[in-house]
Amino acid sequence: MSSILLAIVIGGAFGFTLDRVGATNPNFIIRMLNLTNLHLMRTILLAIGVAALLTFGGLLSGLVDPGHLSVKDAYLGVFVGGVLLGLGFAVAGYCPGTGLAAAASGRFDAMVFVLGGLAGAFGYMVTYADVKASGMLDKILGGKATLGNIAGTSYPVLMDIPGELVGLVLGAAFIAIAWFLPDRIVGAKNRTVAAE
Amino acid sequence: MKRSRSVASPGLSEQKGHHAMRAPLSWKAGGLMLGIVFFAAVLLVKPIGVSTQFVIFDGILWDAVSPSVVTESADAKSGYTSMNVYLAKSGGKYAKSVENPLNYSFVFVLALIGGAAISARLRGGVEKAERAMPAVWRDNFGDAPWKRYLAAFLAGFVVLYGARLAGGCTSGHMMSGMMQTAVSGFVFAAGAFAAGIPTALLLFRKES
Repeated sequence: MSSILLAIVIGGAFGFTLDRVGATNPNFIIRMLNLTNLHLMRTILLAIGVAALLTFGGLLSGLVDPGHLSVKDAYLGVFVGGVLLGLGFAVAGYCPGTGLAAAASGRFDAMVFVLGGLAGAFGYMVTYADVKASGMLDKILGGKATLGNIAGTSYPVLMDIPGELVGLVLGAAFIAIAWFLPDRIVGAKNRTVAAE
Repeated sequence: MKRSRSVASPGLSEQKGHHAMRAPLSWKAGGLMLGIVFFAAVLLVKPIGVSTQFVIFDGILWDAVSPSVVTESADAKSGYTSMNVYLAKSGGKYAKSVENPLNYSFVFVLALIGGAAISARLRGGVEKAERAMPAVWRDNFGDAPWKRYLAAFLAGFVVLYGARLAGGCTSGHMMSGMMQTAVSGFVFAAGAFAAGIPTALLLFRKES
């Protein structure tokens, strides 16, 4: 029962935050991807950095139970699936989580996106046997691997170095990139000219 | 034509564009808040993930239409199996969730929907013109809703097919994965941005 309570609190906070950072607004996602407004890119990079610093700091201090980590398998389909998601992400301006959140915020196109998503997930369910037979789900890069060795876990590692240190350095790097990233990369000059 | 219009009424177009592009939080405050939510999830339960629940919901609908889809099985680790290999995989983990959806992961996604609805309502909701399609779409493809809905449906299909093929989505792989220094998270992010950035550059060239 307490796990249901946690689901309500953490899920609710996640949905609320997605809306507050502007991730339910597809204008932000599309303009992040066409590089004309990096607000959301900076938000996401900062979020990953903060979460990594807190998590690995928490692992080092014993606050975080290493058993709570959950690393997913790496296989060719992860890249191919990422490419497919990227395509649809750019067209719609929604991903699975933000699509649901945007539909809840009252966007009709997001509701249609979610229906398409349910159809796509069903499509995967019925083609799964063929996908598996293709070998695209065979593990690469060690499978459930992490970059470094995280104490208390048995994940394969890419490099035999302390994983907590990797996590902290990477977290700091993500925050630094968020900090120094410009607000836009493409079209800034044109825009200034047009406005004058 | 677009340019001349924006010169003729720069105030209006600026205001409209600005309104559609206003996030309630700055990237600093928003990133901090989002990071804390992801950390809280790992600290208290497990990393955040969303896309699996599309499968569970499909399974619930499918099982409602034809109840033989998910069945009890003493042989399966979870106690449930399915005639669908995907629902039956990993000892019937998904089949069990279809049969008993009141679990952490499914309720998490329902709460996500509720949390977003509350936030949107508190900030006054989405303006009328934005509800059918975002301004950036209208600027590039006109304001026929059916075009946007068709594109959104197909995009939704491709996004969820891709997410399930990858074994996770933006939250599961990109956010939760990279924060744990998972190799798969970086592989996924590389694929998503390698496709997403050129696609958006190609499709969305005009800016009001």
